[in-house]
Parts: sequence; structure tokens; C-alpha cells
Amino acid sequence: MIAFWIILTGALVAVTCGLLGCFLILRKMSMVGDAISHAVLPGIVIAFLLSGSRETLPMLLGAGATGLLATFLIEYFHRRAGLQTDAAIGVTFTFLFAVGIILISAFAGKVDIDQDCVLYGEIAYVPIDLWVTANGTIMGPRPVYILSVVLLVVSVFIKLGYKELKLTSFDPAFASALGISTALWHYLLMAAVSFTTVSSFESVGAILVIAFLIGPPATAYLLTHDLKHMLAITVVLAIFISFTGYWMAYWLNASIAGCMAVITGGCFVGVFSIRQLIKPKGSQAITNEVMA
Amino acid sequence: MIIHAQQPIVEVHDLTVSYARKPVLWGVDFTLPSGCIAGIVGPNGAGKSTLLKTIMGLIPPSSGYIKLFDRPVDEVRSRVSYVPQRESVDWDFPVSVLDVVLMGRYGKVGLLRNTGARDQAIARDCLDKVGMAAFAKRQISQLSGGQQQRVFLARALAQESDIYFMDEPFAGVDAATEQAIIGLLREMASAGKTIIVVHHDLQSARTYFDWIILLNMRLVAAGPTDQAFTDETIQQAYGGRLNLLSQVGDVMEKRAFPSREN
Amino acid sequence: MHSLIDFFSFSDPNVRYVVVGNVLLSASAAMVGAFILLQKKALVGDAVSHAVLPGICAAFLFSGSKNTAFMLVGAFITGWLALVAIDYITAKSKIKKDAAIGLVLSVFFGVGMVMMTYIQQSGNAAQSGLDHFIFGKAATLIGSDLIIFSILAAVLLVVVGLFFKAFTLVAFDRPYAQALGYPVRKLDLLLTSLTVLAVVTGITAVGVVLMAAMLITPAAAARYWTDNIRRMVGIAVAFGMFAGLAGAYISYTAPSMPTGPWMVVVSSAIAFFSFFFAPRKGIVPKLYTQRRNQRIIAEENTLKIFYHLGERTGHFNGMRHFNELTGAREVDKPLLEATLKRLVAQKLLISQGDQWGLTDGGWRKATRVVRLHRLWELYLTSYMNIAADHVHDDAETIEHILTPELERELEAQLGYPDKDPHDTEIPKI
Repeated sequence: MIAFWIILTGALVAVTCGLLGCFLILRKMSMVGDAISHAVLPGIVIAFLLSGSRETLPMLLGAGATGLLATFLIEYFHRRAGLQTDAAIGVTFTFLFAVGIILISAFAGKVDIDQDCVLYGEIAYVPIDLWVTANGTIMGPRPVYILSVVLLVVSVFIKLGYKELKLTSFDPAFASALGISTALWHYLLMAAVSFTTVSSFESVGAILVIAFLIGPPATAYLLTHDLKHMLAITVVLAIFISFTGYWMAYWLNASIAGCMAVITGGCFVGVFSIRQLIKPKGSQAITNEVMA
Repeated sequence: MIIHAQQPIVEVHDLTVSYARKPVLWGVDFTLPSGCIAGIVGPNGAGKSTLLKTIMGLIPPSSGYIKLFDRPVDEVRSRVSYVPQRESVDWDFPVSVLDVVLMGRYGKVGLLRNTGARDQAIARDCLDKVGMAAFAKRQISQLSGGQQQRVFLARALAQESDIYFMDEPFAGVDAATEQAIIGLLREMASAGKTIIVVHHDLQSARTYFDWIILLNMRLVAAGPTDQAFTDETIQQAYGGRLNLLSQVGDVMEKRAFPSREN
Repeated sequence: MHSLIDFFSFSDPNVRYVVVGNVLLSASAAMVGAFILLQKKALVGDAVSHAVLPGICAAFLFSGSKNTAFMLVGAFITGWLALVAIDYITAKSKIKKDAAIGLVLSVFFGVGMVMMTYIQQSGNAAQSGLDHFIFGKAATLIGSDLIIFSILAAVLLVVVGLFFKAFTLVAFDRPYAQALGYPVRKLDLLLTSLTVLAVVTGITAVGVVLMAAMLITPAAAARYWTDNIRRMVGIAVAFGMFAGLAGAYISYTAPSMPTGPWMVVVSSAIAFFSFFFAPRKGIVPKLYTQRRNQRIIAEENTLKIFYHLGERTGHFNGMRHFNELTGAREVDKPLLEATLKRLVAQKLLISQGDQWGLTDGGWRKATRVVRLHRLWELYLTSYMNIAADHVHDDAETIEHILTPELERELEAQLGYPDKDPHDTEIPKI
């Protein structure tokens, strides 16, 4: 049962992150996910100090606030001060993360937060974090419910906005010419990424969030020429990674989040190598056909 | 040499456009009649693409205004098509040729709804018109430059508009495609559509277009090709920048001066 | 105060180690960082610093001890592999750079996490403290580490010094460097190696997660103070060293405070200060320039009203009522009042009760603005094919901008004219 809950949690995070990640990598904005997942640290520490407990809601609010602060600062430094985007991302998230660590050290006695957990997450403890109703019924691990809701919201968002997300990612100029607001869809996507990152990091940690945001979509991107297929392959890969990652960790008695990241990398390397081996012939055939 | 159209369908009034406070187009003012194929011609860096993007509302002007069908562009977007430069998109994007052409229908379909069978039929019909019907299921990264341009053209056709703005549709395409495209544009024009094309080849400009807009940071000439496109106006447009204009632009950028007072 | 003296007397050998170590590492990181920033590879530094973790763990597994030299070699190898992997993925597939960076970063770090937990399970007593590499712990620096750091920093300094011109050219204009016959690929490889070396030097103190900041933050801040690359590198190094010192000092006075994060926060503070207040490029000076421009425009427009009234009535020296001024041109009344006061203070106007008049200086300035307005209108009609009834708005702006040199050139090009396109006189001073 423990294995089931952990794998389910991993799969929920991986699927949600992967779906959004598809659009992030197509928009060449992968590193924004990196920035947000690091920037949540000071938010959760402050939330903990204010609320005095590890309740989910204050944590999510705190993390969401600093996650949004990070996106805002990146945009602000880029637009108003003319700082190049990569530097704006790098400067902002390292600053927020450093503030988080300092806060943890400063309130070491009062804060029951380990700086490591932000990087690694605590997916192994998910099955213990149970949701017990008022009359004492045990409903199962709380993160599973939260992450299911997040997955639902993200899926509905992508389903309803599929057309617009696709067009604004592919050809923003044409989208604007049609009267579709590229800025609106940019911010909707960013909000979805923040929301997902924030609700996921507690379970799986910042590093695995980045791996899930980029790994499965990048692997799927190599395998298909169709956006819908790319989303579908991402979902399958995400579930596969969660499953094999857990068992790898079980065998090695090592970090679950780490193993899931390793499997993510393994999948990419596998697909990438196969593509390298068979590509020369394939691309040749295509060029000939086009020429003919 | 600026000749205005009698009943203009496109009206550009005193348009000044700046990048980072430095004006790249100064006081451009012209009109176009309906049913013409107009060429925007000028040397590199003359502001041709900028003019097109500003007309489409993608870049806000510092001053002046644009009217299409005597109304602001936002009110008539469903009647206006835009073909961006081919290089402006990532051709590795995971979509098929038909997907791209269907994007032309997005404006008609509206928010939150999907394209239907009728849109599919229109898209296939447009692909057929540009001679790409056989490629409908092909992934776009597998196309040659000329084929990519035809797909973009088909997408514009699928919008079923009255005015078409095209940014360098002949750049990097083979001779056969260029002839096919110009043939199609003539057909559209005779059906009453208005077509505005950014172009940089002086030789073919004379034969392709019946209205010319000669640009080099400012408007040099505008009017019917035989009157506006003369050796003298071409010499003016290609005879180098107006040095003073560039210097004033530099001062505005350096001192962060607004290009309009308010 | 007492602690400050204690600190800078360096009497405590631990303080000496930490300070020298911090300063060396932040100086060399900032120096390399300047080139990384200019080549728009800021996030590559982030990937490298995360990617050294598996190397450190592998070195530990291999040697069974926390030997600094072994660990640095291990870190160097995996850091370098990460960079090669990013380049290879982007070159050989349609995956774009940002995705490649994120993927390599998270997967390498994931491998490191697995190895780390594996080592922790193994029960080797020497492993405690291995996780200091993740967040850094400058206080653990010891004398022998310092020798290694000094060597690494010296190597970095010398190599960057030798290849300064080449790196500058490659960062600034790659194709041109190629055309000149510079071995651009090899130089890239060299900069890559230097980046990894700088990261490796820094991780013991700052940790892998925050090392990216020591590379790029000082450089990003320095970029705002100069356009000269030599000065930029110098300023970046100075900022980095200051951050290193400050970090060491803070954790000296408050031993519970971590050095690395404080170094990052101090250099971020310097960066934020630069983004906001650096002369010319900062946000605040830019806003100030805009406000000053608005004031100049308002002042010159007000002077123009006096000139136009003078033209209409035939005498320029008369005193004008407030109502007379507002009747001549559509203006915001509070703005006009404030502007009139400023012009009086500048001795361009004189005031008597609620009446104002031009001084000699005011008249000269007003005349010049009107003159520039009309000259520009003439330029637009004669050189830019703009109809005479369309030139006024444009000239309203340009009249405030033209420098005396541009004025002379304009006049010469127009053949020293007397009349503008509306057939009004172009005044001379």
C-alpha cells in the first residue's frame, strides 16, 4: 500500500508537470520552472514562522507568493532595467533561495523545516500524511487529494485553451494578428506552472519538479511530430518514470526523488541514442522525397 | 511623389514608430485602393516589416493612426490576414501542415471552441489552391522553404479575409513557387481582395505590383507603379539614409526623449 | 565594533583561512562569470554547479575519504561532462538550449542525490559532512584546502588574463572572431573548462545550488556601471570580493549564520542596487531623465507661448496675464503655474504680481525653440515628402531635441532659409 501511494503521488506530479512542461519547452521557457521551484523556499519558511505549523494551506500560500514574486522580479528586471533574461532568472532565484536558507538558519530552533527537503522533497512520508475526517474516517494521504485536484485543474486548462496555447506558442505574431492576446496566455501558463510547482515541491522537491517539467516532454518531443501525441507520450512516460523510479529506489535503498530523476534522464538518453542511430537514414529519405 | 487613393481601403496617417525611443519610421502617410496588389519596397533596414507589424497592431505607434475599411484594425481583424516572415517561427514545432492551415480558422471559431468539419474542408481547399494538398499530414519540419511559404499562404487564405498583409513571401523560395504565388495573388486581386506585400527585389517589383510604397525610414513615394516607381524615386530611396534623420534618432535614444510630447 | 577589529586583525587562523578562501573563490568566479554573462550563458553556470554533485560523490566512493583534491577532480569531470552534454543535445537534436540545460541540471543532480543517499546508507563514518557540498560550509575550510584554492584561482587569473582579448572578441562578435581565424571552438572549450574550474573552487564554501549566483550576480551588477569590458570584469571582481568578505564577516559575528547564502544575498543586494541606481542604466536615473525631459518640454513650450504672443502683438517685452497665456495654448493650469515659477527662478522670466514677461535670456531661448520648430517643419516638407499640414506635431517634439550642431547642419542643408512651409518667418537670434 505504501508503494502504491508513493507511486501514485509521483505519477500525479509527473503528469501535471509534464503536460505544462510540453508548452514550456516549446516556448523555450524551461528555466522559468527551475526559478519558481527554487524561489518557493523563503515563502514556506515565512509561512511556517507566521502560522507556526506545517499546515498545507499557509505553506501553499507562502510558496505561491514567493513563486509569483520570482516571476514578477524576473519580468521587472528584464523590462525596466534591461537585464538579459537568463541573468534575470539566475540572479532572482538564487537570491530568494539564499534568503530561504538564511531564514532557516536564523530560526533554526523554531522552524521544523530542513533545507534538504526543499531540494529532495519527502515523497517517502506521503503515506503517513493522512487525511482524517471529523468522524475519524481515514481517507488516505492528503497530498494525493491535493495533487489530484491540481491535475484536474491543469487538464481542464489545457483542454479548454489547447488551441490558443498551441497558436501562441507556435506563432505569437499571427496569434496577435488574429486578436488573441499572447500576454494573457503567457500569464495563464505561468500561473499554472507556479500553482503546480508550489503544490508539488512539498512531495517531490525542487529538483524533481524541474526533471518532471522538462524530462518527459523533451523525450516525447524527440518521438513525435504531433503536439497531441507529444502530450500523450509525456503522460505515459510520467507514469512509467514514477513506477520504475520507485522500484529502483527500493532496490538501491536510495532517494526516491533522486531515482525518479535518474530514470527521467535514462529515458531521455535511451530515446536520444536510438534517434541518433536511426536518424541519418530517416532524414536522408525525407530530403529525397521533398526534392522529388 | 505621394498619390492618394480615391476610396481608400487602407489609410496610414502620419505614422511614427520607434524602437527603444529611436524612431525607425518617420511620419509615414499613404492610402491604398481596394483590389490592388501593393508592394512595400525599400532597402534593408528601411522599416518595411515594422510598417506591416504596426498596421497589424503588433507594435504600438509613437504617433499617427491606421484605418482599415475606415475603422481601427481591432474592429476588423476578421477581415484582415497576416503572413509573418517565414523565419519568425520554429519549424520544429510538433504540428502538421493541416494544423497550421487550420490556425487560420481560429479567429472565426472563437475562444474555447474547436475547429469543425467545415473548417477542415476550408483548410484542405486552401491547401489545394497553393498546390500542397498532398502534404496535409506532413510534419512542418520536413518542408522545403518554398513549401513552408505556401503553407503560410494557405493559412492566410483560410482566414477568408478581404485584405492580406504579407511579410517577404518571396524570400528564399524557388522560382516555381514565386510564380505560383504571384499567380494566386493576381487571382485574389481580380476577385476584389487587396494584397500588400513586403518585397525587396526591384526588378520584379515593377511587374508584380500595381501600387508601390517606396520606403526608407520615411515615405519616399506612394502611388500607382508607373507613376510612383521611377528612377528618380528609386534613387531617393536607395541613395542612402538621410544622415540628419539618423542623428536626430540617435539623440532621442541617448537622451531617452519621448517621440511624442504626451 | 570590537568584532570588526578582531575580524580584520586576522589573528584567528580560521578567520584567515575563511577570508582568504572566500575572497579567492568569489574573485575568480566573478571574473569568469563576466564572460559567461556576455555570452548569454548565465544559466549554463547553474547547470554546471548542480552537475558537480555526482562527481563529488563518485570521488568519495572511489577514495573512501573526503580528500579535497579527489573531490575537486571528480567535480571537475562531471561538471565538464554536463556542459558537453548540453552542447551535444542541442547540436544533435531539435531540443533547444533551455530544455537541455534544465534536463542536464536536474538529472545530474538526481544522480548525485541517489549516490549521496547510497553513501549515507553505507555507514562509512567519513561520509558525515559530505552534504556540506550542497549548501556549502565555508567554516570547514582548512589550510591545505586553501593551497589548492590559491592554485586554482591563480590558474584562472592567468588564463583569463592571457586570453582576455580573444574571449572579449568571441563574446562580442562571434562570426568576426571566426573570420579573423580565432579558434572559436577551442576558446569555447577553454571558457567551459574555466567555468567548471571556478564552480569547483567555490562549492566547498557556497554549495552547488547557489554557486551560479557567485558566477553571474556580480557580473550582472557590474554590467550596469560601465560599457568597457575591462572595467566590467574589474568591477565584477571587486563586487565578488566584497560579497566574499561580507559573508565571512557575518558568519564570524553570528556563527549560526551560513557564509555561502550570505555571500549570495550581499552580492544580490549589490546587484539590485545597481539595477535601480546605477547612473544612466538604472531604473531610477532613467525615470529621473524622463521627468527632467518632461520638465524641459514644459518649460520650452511655456516660453514659446510668450514668443507667439509677441509675434501676434508685435512686441516681445510685454507683460502677460495668466489668462492670456492659457488662452494662447491649451495647457494644464497647475503645470503652467509650476513651470512659470521655475522659469522665473532660472531668470528666463520676470514676474510682477500675476503677470509675467520674457527676460533677454528667455527671449533668446524662446526664439531658438520656435526657430528649430520651423526649421524642422521645412526639413520634413522638403526632404521627407510630408505635406505642410502634417508637419506640426512632429516638429513639436523635435524642437526640444536638436543640438546646436544638428541645428547648424539642418540650416546648411536647407540653404539658410527665411520662411517655413506655412510662410511664416524663421527667426534668427
